[in-house]
Amino acid sequence: MSDPIISRGFRGRRRDDGGGDRIPPGQYETDDFPVLSAGPTPRTPLDAWDFTIIGEVDKLRRWTWEEFRALPSEEITVDIHCVTKWSKLDTAWEGVAVDTLLDGVETSAEYLVAFCDGGYTTNLPLEDVLDGKAWVAFAYDGEPLDPEHGGPARLLVPHLYFWKSAKWVRGLKLTTTEEPGFWEVNGYHLYGDPWRGQRYWGD
Amino acid sequence: MLDVVPETARVKTLRLDVPDWPGHLPGQHVDVRLTAEDGYQAQRSYSIASPPDRPLELTVELIEDGEVSPYLTEELRTGDRFELRGPVGGYFVWEPSRGGPLFLVAGGSGVVPFRAMLLQLASTGADVHATLLHSSRSWEDVIYRDELTELADAEIKVVHTLTRSQPEGWDGYARRVDSEMLTEAGPPPDARPHVYVCGPTPFVETVANALVGLGHDPATVRTERFGPTGG
Repeated sequence: MSDPIISRGFRGRRRDDGGGDRIPPGQYETDDFPVLSAGPTPRTPLDAWDFTIIGEVDKLRRWTWEEFRALPSEEITVDIHCVTKWSKLDTAWEGVAVDTLLDGVETSAEYLVAFCDGGYTTNLPLEDVLDGKAWVAFAYDGEPLDPEHGGPARLLVPHLYFWKSAKWVRGLKLTTTEEPGFWEVNGYHLYGDPWRGQRYWGD
Repeated sequence: MLDVVPETARVKTLRLDVPDWPGHLPGQHVDVRLTAEDGYQAQRSYSIASPPDRPLELTVELIEDGEVSPYLTEELRTGDRFELRGPVGGYFVWEPSRGGPLFLVAGGSGVVPFRAMLLQLASTGADVHATLLHSSRSWEDVIYRDELTELADAEIKVVHTLTRSQPEGWDGYARRVDSEMLTEAGPPPDARPHVYVCGPTPFVETVANALVGLGHDPATVRTERFGPTGG
């Protein structure tokens, strides 16, 4: 889609609220919080929930829900961008930085796969979740995260398209090679940078 | 665009002639990109309504305060051109070789990808039993009503529920989809059906939860939700 065809009579809805330079190409701003997922919403009781770091690590790390919630957490306000074209500005989350979860982990891995209840997976370069770029979020807008939005906890990686912010996340598997996740084997981009429009294979 | 077929008061099917269309699977979608004269662009995704062996068709529901759907349903004329990207998506798809039974549950315009699946099933004559349970507000709002009624035969079963108003003498379902309706209308979990649910988010949440509650394996239930913002 490089040389645009002009659509006769199309004007579109211009934005005049100043959000413009925060909305990546092809996105539009919404005030709603749409829900997108490929299957039924999983419901895992908190006493059966845990979060693990597995794969290329010196030793496995595991937290129960209580242990996870006792970790230092941060309040995060970020813009999020869904590959289905909506962007939502200034979303407010609370979560544990992935830096905290990986603190002290010795690894030769350069990638990871986030794995989730319901079988969903997504792949990320390790450096994209370090240095304050990613969290495991458990609250949205001051409330516990709704199951349809990924509760009890979801990954939050706001600088990439939102499918990378895996809902119902239960752990990270560190890998030395990149292992494409659920959407990444189903036609979606391996990396998913919204500012470069990396929606699909070949972008 | 070749021409426009009205489906209901708010829904139209656009028949398109797409140069070099690579083919698609029922259930996939396309991205539509519109460009204004000053370069302003807007993109939205639409499910493909046609089976692979026919010209590409998109069925678009008018969202009154939307940005793209009013243009596609009210402004676009035969011969006009716009940009398409696709086909996209490899998960919410079904083709006859995947077998059955097939259980499709649609809320409103969520029926669009199922039309592609059922038309392909009917034209290939595959030995697959399929059930479509379609929830609409009223009889007038049922998208593809006559077309899908004609498809119904020993292999393809079409069940409607009308949630807001019903024609006189209506003896079908007249409520939102619930567990009892899913049990009566569809194949049992033991039959290991391929289940597809498509519609607005609250509809899909309710139906998918009910299906899991009835004992359907979550891994066999594929969902496609469209959010309240649409476009």
